[in-house]
Amino acid sequence: MISPDLSRRYFKAKVFHLFCASVAWIGVLILGVLLFHVTREGFPWLDMQFINDFPSRFPKKAGINSALFGTLWLIGFTALFSVPIGIAAGVYLEEFEKKNAFSQFVDLNISNLAGVPSIVYGMLGLVIFVRWFGLEESVLAGAMTMSLLILPVIIISTREALRAVPGTIRQAAFALGATRWQTVYAHALPQAFPGILTGIILALSRAIGETAPLIMIGALTYVAFVPEGPMDEFTALPIQIFNWASRPQKEFHELAAAAILVLLFVLLLMNSIAVIIRHRLENRNR
Amino acid sequence: MQGTSELSLDESALDLSGSKRWREEIIKGILFLCASLSVLTTFAIVFILVKEAGIFFQEVSVFDFLFGTKWTPLLEPRSFGVLPLVCGTLLVVVGTALFALPVGMATAIYLSEYAPSRLRSILKPLLEVLAGIPTVVYGYFALTFITPMLRSVLPDVQIFNAASAAIVVGIMVLPMVASLCDDTLRAVPDSLRQGAYAVGATPFEVNMGVVVPSALSGIMASFVLALSRAIGETMAVTLAAGATPRMTADPFVAIQTMTAYIVQVSLGDTPAGEIGYQTIFAVSALLFVITLFMNIFSSKMLKRFREVYE
Repeated sequence: MISPDLSRRYFKAKVFHLFCASVAWIGVLILGVLLFHVTREGFPWLDMQFINDFPSRFPKKAGINSALFGTLWLIGFTALFSVPIGIAAGVYLEEFEKKNAFSQFVDLNISNLAGVPSIVYGMLGLVIFVRWFGLEESVLAGAMTMSLLILPVIIISTREALRAVPGTIRQAAFALGATRWQTVYAHALPQAFPGILTGIILALSRAIGETAPLIMIGALTYVAFVPEGPMDEFTALPIQIFNWASRPQKEFHELAAAAILVLLFVLLLMNSIAVIIRHRLENRNR
Repeated sequence: MQGTSELSLDESALDLSGSKRWREEIIKGILFLCASLSVLTTFAIVFILVKEAGIFFQEVSVFDFLFGTKWTPLLEPRSFGVLPLVCGTLLVVVGTALFALPVGMATAIYLSEYAPSRLRSILKPLLEVLAGIPTVVYGYFALTFITPMLRSVLPDVQIFNAASAAIVVGIMVLPMVASLCDDTLRAVPDSLRQGAYAVGATPFEVNMGVVVPSALSGIMASFVLALSRAIGETMAVTLAAGATPRMTADPFVAIQTMTAYIVQVSLGDTPAGEIGYQTIFAVSALLFVITLFMNIFSSKMLKRFREVYE
C-alpha cells in the first residue's frame, strides 16, 4: 500500500527528471536555431565572387579575400610560435620540474592566465609588440598576441596528455640507459601526441575566432590586399564579420552571415582533420 | 611528474659523457625558458596595466574613478566616473547568471545523474560545439535574431539593449557551466547516493538533498568562473548592448560595458597618450583585477571540493 505522501514524492521525482531532461536540450536547440539562422541569411551570398573579392562599400561587390588570407597568415604564424613553445613548457613542467614552490607558482599562474579576458591580452600586445617592438599593425604582432593568449591551453593539454602516459614506459627507457630527454623525446611525447594535438587544434580554433585582441592591436577593418609577408598589415575573418555586423544595412548583416559560414567551415575543417589524424595515431600506437 | 617521481633517479651519478650531459642541460634550459614565458606574461600584463593606468591616475584620482557616476571621458565637460560602465557590465552579468546558471545546472544534473551513456555521448559533444563558436558570431546572432525577437514581443525595446547581450552571453557560458558542474557532480562518490537510496529517498531527494549539496563548493566554483568569463566577454556585448554608458537597471535600453568601451576607444580616432585614450588602461586594469579575484576564488573553492572527495 503506497501512502499518498509517497506517491506525491515519486511524482515530484518524475517531474524533476522530466524537467532536467527537457532543459538539457535547450543548448542544442539554440545551436540548431543559430546555425539555421546564419545559413538562411548568409547562404545566398556565398559564391566564388564572395571568396575572391575584397571588402567594398557596395554589398554586391564585397568579398572576404583579404580577411580569409589574413586569417590563414595569422593562424600559420600563431601555430609557428605557440606550438613549439607550448609543448616545450608543458614537457618541462610535467617531466623535468620537481614539485616545488616554483612549479606550484607556475601552475597557479597558468590557470590564472587561462582566465584573463582576451581583451587584456590585446592591451598587452598593443603596448609590447605594436609599440615597444615596433611591429606596428602587422601579421607578426597579431600572431604573437594570439600565441600568448592560447599558450595556457596548449601547456595544460600537453601536461594532461603526458600525465596519461604510463610511468612504466619511462622506467623501461631509464633502465636501458636513456637520459631524461631521450626518454621524453622518444617515448613519452609520441605516446602523448594525439592528446597534445587535440589541445593544439582546440587552441588554434579559439585563436581563429578571437576578435577583441586583434581590434586592440589595431588590425584594420578595411584592407584591400592580401598580406605578402609577416610585416604586412592585415584583417581577419572575425574582424570583417564584426565590421559588417555593426553596420545598420541589412545587406551587410547578410554578408556577415556569409562570412560566418566561411569561418565555421574553416573551424569544421580543422577539427575534422584533427579527428582523422588523432584516429590514425591512436591506431598506430596500439 | 607522476611517472618519474616514484623513480628517484640520481642523474648526476650516471656516467654520462661530457657532451651528452651538456646536451641534456642545454635542452633543459631551453624548456625552462619556454615555461618561464608564462610567468613573464603575467608580469608583463601587470606591468603595462600599472604603468599605463598610472599615467591616467596622475590626472584623475582613484576615488573619482571608482566612485564617480558619470562617464564622459571623450566629451567636454569630461568626467571619469567608471560606475556607469561597471553598472552596464553588472546588468549583463546578472542576466547571464539568470539564464546560464539554472539551465547549465539542470543540464549537468541530467548529464551526470539521469542520461543514459549513449545520450550523454551525443549531448556532450554538441554542447562542445556550442562552446567552440566564436564570440563575434554570438554578437551577430544577438543583433539579428534575439533583438528582433525581443522587439516583436516588447516593442519598446531599444535596438541595442542589455537583455539581448545577456541572453547570448548566457548561451555562450552555458556549455562551460554544464560541463564543469557535470564534472563536479560525477566526482561525488556513489556511496553517498546509495546511502540515500537505502533509507528510502526518491531520485529527486537524492539529487537535490544529497548530491547537489555535497558538490556545492565545486558548483559555486564553476558559477564564479563562468561569470568571470561573462565579465570579460567583449564582442557580443559590443555588438548587442550598445555604446551608451549609464546607470540603469532597465535591461531594455542601450548601455555600455567595460569591455565594449575599450573596443569603442580603440576603434575610434582618440590619439594615443591623450587622457581620454589612457582611460582604456584604467578600465582594463579594473577588469583584470575583478576577473583575477574571481578566478582565484574559484580555484580555491575547487581545491577545497577536491580535498573533500579525492
